[in-house]
Amino acid sequence: MDRFIFLTTDGLSKGAVYAAFALSLVLIWRAARIVNFSQGAIAIASAYLAYTTTVHTGSYWLGFLVAIVSGLILGVLVERTAMRFVSHERPLDSVIVALGVVLVIQAILGFFYGNEFRPAQAAFNREIMRIGSVAMLSQYDLFVFAAVALLVALLALLFARTRVGLRMRASAFAPEVSRLLGVNVTRMTTLGWALAAAAGALAAMLILPTELGLHPNAMDLVFVTSFTAAVVGGLDSPQGAVIGGLAVGLILNYVTGYTERPDLAQPAVLVLLLVVLLVRPGGLFSGVAARQV
Amino acid sequence: MSTTGQRGTTAQTEQNPAAPATSSLLGRALAVTAPAPSGHRGSTLLRHLIVAVVLVAVLIGVTYVLPQFQNYQLATVLAYLCATAGLTVLVGLNGQISLGHAAIMAVGGYTTAFVQNGLVSAGFTTTQKSVFGTPIETPAGWTIWVSLLVGMLASIVAGLLIGLAAARLRGPYLAGVTLAVGVVVPGITTTFKVFNGDQGVAMKTPPKPASLGASFPIERWQAWVAILIGAVVMLLLANLITSRYGRSFRAVRDDEVAAQLSGISVARTQIVAFVASCAAAGLGGSLFVFLVRNAQPGLFSLNLSLYLILAIVLGGLGSLAGAVWGALFIVYVPYLLERLGESVSASPATEQRLTGNLPLAIFGLALILVTILAPGGIQNLVRRIGGWLRGLTRRPAGE
Repeated sequence: MDRFIFLTTDGLSKGAVYAAFALSLVLIWRAARIVNFSQGAIAIASAYLAYTTTVHTGSYWLGFLVAIVSGLILGVLVERTAMRFVSHERPLDSVIVALGVVLVIQAILGFFYGNEFRPAQAAFNREIMRIGSVAMLSQYDLFVFAAVALLVALLALLFARTRVGLRMRASAFAPEVSRLLGVNVTRMTTLGWALAAAAGALAAMLILPTELGLHPNAMDLVFVTSFTAAVVGGLDSPQGAVIGGLAVGLILNYVTGYTERPDLAQPAVLVLLLVVLLVRPGGLFSGVAARQV
Repeated sequence: MSTTGQRGTTAQTEQNPAAPATSSLLGRALAVTAPAPSGHRGSTLLRHLIVAVVLVAVLIGVTYVLPQFQNYQLATVLAYLCATAGLTVLVGLNGQISLGHAAIMAVGGYTTAFVQNGLVSAGFTTTQKSVFGTPIETPAGWTIWVSLLVGMLASIVAGLLIGLAAARLRGPYLAGVTLAVGVVVPGITTTFKVFNGDQGVAMKTPPKPASLGASFPIERWQAWVAILIGAVVMLLLANLITSRYGRSFRAVRDDEVAAQLSGISVARTQIVAFVASCAAAGLGGSLFVFLVRNAQPGLFSLNLSLYLILAIVLGGLGSLAGAVWGALFIVYVPYLLERLGESVSASPATEQRLTGNLPLAIFGLALILVTILAPGGIQNLVRRIGGWLRGLTRRPAGE
């Protein structure tokens, strides 16, 4: 039982990061109908900039700030220089251009930082605290929960309570009508990219200290896992992304924890993905699609 | 699968349900399935066969000219070609994306290695004289063909399984599933002991046929096998895409509802496309293992899946000629860049970083620019240059 509790809390902490990253994918999907395959590369580039800042100034929090801000900037940059010009006639094109962005970013990172792992610093103690005799959480896990909860709360507030959020929802839902009503739809799309890339950068900052560290490919697997989470939840649904992320984090942790075979974790996620999609091809939280003719 | 052209060019429109022509949907359906105007008469199969035989003859001639290392490179191009040709049929002609085709190649490759080793341990060996004149036991020559074939059959089964799931999924959901497959399958090879982890399974490949003579280089023999298999794959795929099935592929890609209205079963068409594509890719994977003589996870990483996508997009999506350009591109561009890096005298550290990352950067930029600016890829460029040249030669005659 103790082990179960530990695996659950630890899994939820990992799942929270996957949820944040999945949320960033859902943000772009809702804003531009694009699955951003370059999200992981943008996030790792932000993390490298944070790393450089921390090394030069010695301040973790300054680096953290740099990661978020550079996430915002890189998101705008990628949207304005590449993704904006992709035609929407063939849905494949956006996937391919995003893959191109991934290759370019990884080449640049590999050139300047080299292809070796660099240690990623954690903001808080990662030692596990015990309540009574039960191993529970580390301070770092609590920081992760707080950061992701803050992100979710801010996004919910933005979309539900502000004028900008309303405009963003409107331009994603009905671009033509929104344009007629005076909403700057292209600017809203760019804003969506910026927010999503910043959320992705946050997720990278949170997960890198718990994994092997910084590497140009370090976010690849995180991307695949979070994408799975977002698809399981239904790409259109932010709630789905959060629940999908937590579920995937738990499954990964239970499988590795109970079988002691970390290599079985990814196959388990694939099984989850297949089962969910074969039952509900649009994900768990997809709305009922109107028949399109 | 091997439908001939005569059946392929019969009017598809018969299948349309008799309905008022005023329906715009039916109009779309008619537009989708109307037979493409074709000036060719006679058997398409025959035409393709002649082209294939000529190309094989030319390539075999080329293997006598090229140095041995480049013969090996040529064989690699043909192995890539099987995979890119299969993928371009799926992505370009049927509109289904697969981000995990390297996994299918892994299925073909590993199966080939296992079957080959199984045949050898079952005793299918011959005794040959070694260079020193002592008799040695070697795998029988025919075993490699059996194991390549079984490798392809295994990838067909894998393709069927994924295709069944894929027929229910669209767009990003399909991309997600295939991406996960592309990550998981190479991962499985390090999970189970049979696959021997990162080292992989060494394949007991038969030596080159003794009838070729002792001085015949092994690389040329490998190139021959690759040329033969590549030609068969291209021939079958070329027939498939000009057949009734090929037209159904395109109809489903362009408009699923219209295709369905014209009597095409969308799900079945998508599964057929997936299976055909996987058969070709699996053979490509088997060829890889035949060339390397070892089935290892590093051969079939997620990066390979992405490189295949890159190759077909740069080459020109949906055309077999584009698949050829793509296969040439992903083999020769990194090689040429490496040679270029060697000639530029930079510090060793910079050079090492450049050789690793410059191809990546160039691939990435090429992907972005080609997709946005020149969606037809290299093949479209070649076609346009060809048209321009023809225009040049024709104009004086007309005036």
